[in-house]
Amino acid sequence: MLDGRGAVRRRAGVRLWLSALWLGLLVGAALLAPWIAPKDPLAQDLFLGRLPPFWMAGHEPGYHLGTDSLGRDVLSRILHGARIALVVAVVAGSVTCLLGAALGLMAGYLRGWVDVVISRFIDIWMAFPPVLFSILLIAVIGPGLGSIILAIVIIDWTRFARVVRAEAMAQGAMDYVASARVAGRGRIGIMLREILPNVMPTIVVLLTLEMGIAVIVEAILSFVNLSISTDDPTWGGMIAEGRTSVHQAWWVLVFPLVTLFLTVLSFSQLGEGLKDRFDPVLR
Amino acid sequence: MSDLYEVSGLRLSLADMTRKPLLGAAPRLEILKGLDFTIPKGTVLGIVGGSGSGKSTLGRALVRLLTPSAGSIRFDGADITRLDEAALRPLRRRFQMIFQDPMSSLNPRHRVGTLIAEPLRLHGLDGIPARVARALDHVGLPAGFIGRYPHELSGGQRQRVGIARAIALEPDFILADEIVSGLDVSSQAQVLNLLEQLVRDLGLTLAFISHDLSVIRRLCTRVMVLHQGVIVEDRVTADLFAGPQAAYTRELLDAIPLPDPDQVWL
Amino acid sequence: MSYLEIDRLTVRLKGGGTLLRAVSLQVAAGEVRGLVGESGAGKSMIGKAVLGILPRAAEVVSGRIVLDGVDLLTLPPAERRRRVGASCALIPQDPLTALNPSRRIGPQITDRLVDILRWNRGRAEGRARELLAEVHIPDPDRVMRCYPHELSGGMRQRILIASAFAAEPKLIVADEPTTALDVTVQKQILKLIKEMQLRHGTALLFVSHDLGVVSKVCQSLTVLYAGMVLEDAGIGDFFRAPRHPYSAALLAATPKYTDPTAGLIPVPEAVLAAVRAEVAAADRRAGHV
Repeated sequence: MLDGRGAVRRRAGVRLWLSALWLGLLVGAALLAPWIAPKDPLAQDLFLGRLPPFWMAGHEPGYHLGTDSLGRDVLSRILHGARIALVVAVVAGSVTCLLGAALGLMAGYLRGWVDVVISRFIDIWMAFPPVLFSILLIAVIGPGLGSIILAIVIIDWTRFARVVRAEAMAQGAMDYVASARVAGRGRIGIMLREILPNVMPTIVVLLTLEMGIAVIVEAILSFVNLSISTDDPTWGGMIAEGRTSVHQAWWVLVFPLVTLFLTVLSFSQLGEGLKDRFDPVLR
Repeated sequence: MSDLYEVSGLRLSLADMTRKPLLGAAPRLEILKGLDFTIPKGTVLGIVGGSGSGKSTLGRALVRLLTPSAGSIRFDGADITRLDEAALRPLRRRFQMIFQDPMSSLNPRHRVGTLIAEPLRLHGLDGIPARVARALDHVGLPAGFIGRYPHELSGGQRQRVGIARAIALEPDFILADEIVSGLDVSSQAQVLNLLEQLVRDLGLTLAFISHDLSVIRRLCTRVMVLHQGVIVEDRVTADLFAGPQAAYTRELLDAIPLPDPDQVWL
Repeated sequence: MSYLEIDRLTVRLKGGGTLLRAVSLQVAAGEVRGLVGESGAGKSMIGKAVLGILPRAAEVVSGRIVLDGVDLLTLPPAERRRRVGASCALIPQDPLTALNPSRRIGPQITDRLVDILRWNRGRAEGRARELLAEVHIPDPDRVMRCYPHELSGGMRQRILIASAFAAEPKLIVADEPTTALDVTVQKQILKLIKEMQLRHGTALLFVSHDLGVVSKVCQSLTVLYAGMVLEDAGIGDFFRAPRHPYSAALLAATPKYTDPTAGLIPVPEAVLAAVRAEVAAADRRAGHV
């Protein structure tokens, strides 16, 4: 009450709505890409290579954001790229979250040998360098959407497990947990009904951050050519290709980069906004 | 009058994490050093002592949130000293606890109605809405409070919810751990009056932990003074206040600032 | 003449809500004045307003805080900080959080002397050692090298008292200084505060919810409710016959172990209703909501 939370909340509200709006647009684009994309994202036309976006001299009607060096429509490729980005964000984010949060919750509340086993496992796991690890993994199991998601889950579950463990430990020491025990609630009940709701705001923030990270990881892997087959348009792949022609056609690099940036930012802002919204103590 | 609790040779030690060596287990710190006492049915036992006296640890051992390292606790004839969580569950309904800090002992994510109803549901009781309403009524809170969150209530109201939650199960015994020490004097008086009335109306047996002898005197039939894990005095309230025998009890009494201007007290 | 004079001080939350309602009170040099009231009465806010450490969301709307003849609220912030830092100090409520856990005790006491009074390290350390001895800490040299977690709550509160008196302030705000302590330790700390206050002739603004404690330490007291002063009295008069019905009810609610029938009487609803009406009437007169 005394720290002027009201003003902060209003600002948080604006950020929440802006980021939700952007992500909503993106989901729409991903779902409707085949119908709303003005061109075929894979259609090459070498006569129409490196067309500038619509407001610059020399643009062609129908190619709103220009074309790349092979004459493929940038806007259509971004819209199609949203599909892969969002699938990776949602699937990899949720699976990572479920796995990490469940292990963290058990370690943090049950303590004892469960904690020892899970914590040591996390320590050992985190000692592997993540980028090398994921490259290695994909080299072994082969590229593809599934491999990317698996790589993200395998690398990032520790992030959830560590934070949720610490939080569950702190919540476990609170008297409302003792109070639930006195009332006769069992251990699983306490974890799910008492501790989980109190750890939820943290999990929501982590989850949305993780979705942003997943988008970035996918882009990085595309950038180093380890992602989906090179035919499918991905933002990372577009950035990689745009890099080579940045002096002649900056738009091939900049538009997917801005899209990527806004998406990752929106995910993190969405998390912060949702955390406040779902916290009865702050509401 | 029979005894609800029979405690003998109770010892309890906890791992002292502040002195844990880099390798190996933390040393054990003995908090309770062999306590013997009984709590007869229908009485109010005051447990008093300073911080580090072990009074809260003793309380938590009585409701078996902690497991004693030696000795025994018998509840209504049954040995509960080392029962595991599953074996304790059916008994839990019969001994309840009210916590010092109602803010941290009421899960901030649950509404008052859920907080009171959950324990009832766990013990498979029927007519839950009626029981919740009755409990709220007992503690003098309006029925409309079931939809509120703990943070929307005042300190005194939260503590009433804590009491309602404990009495809704119709237990034989309630442990109240410093339940008025965080409250303003006026709410403190209200909560104590309420407790006094509930003990009378519901025939409860109560153990009341406090550092405040003034409050103890008002409520308790008997007073047990703990000092560094040992019982230094255990007597009927009026006798204790008439002539405290242990030096520590006298020191405690002497340290209470009475609301009278008195230049020589300090 | 009073050393501290607060004149019709009104403090409000930036989002609305009034914390202090035209509070006026005086503290003479060397006087110990208690500020009494239930939680939310604004008793801590007065001390915070004087020291210039109000929460960010609170602001002084009107009134004057005159310290040693100068209205603090008219001073530029830097000048105000310097003036308050040189003549006032705080004994905080919670000895656990008031000391920085990752620094040794010694520097935490000497910092004030070096930063505010521009003493050199050696002189400041000598003074710190003296002060620790003055608050009856055995082996001050060892304690100065300790970290806060190595000391008991009572010890830490002694250190905070030593630290408050270090720069020879003229006014100390003690904000519930013994609330977090055991009764037996409380008595020792109260004794120490009183002893130090008498020896140094410091004026004390003693914030407390405990009328028992106030009756032992203070010479005068101010009773607050919802940020409004209800009564201003000398200690003897107040405990003999409080003038305001709310004060009387507060006194009747305070427990007394010597007399099991007296004390612990809740403040009657009628008294609360009357005092709330009084606050509302004052608000209407002042023209704020």
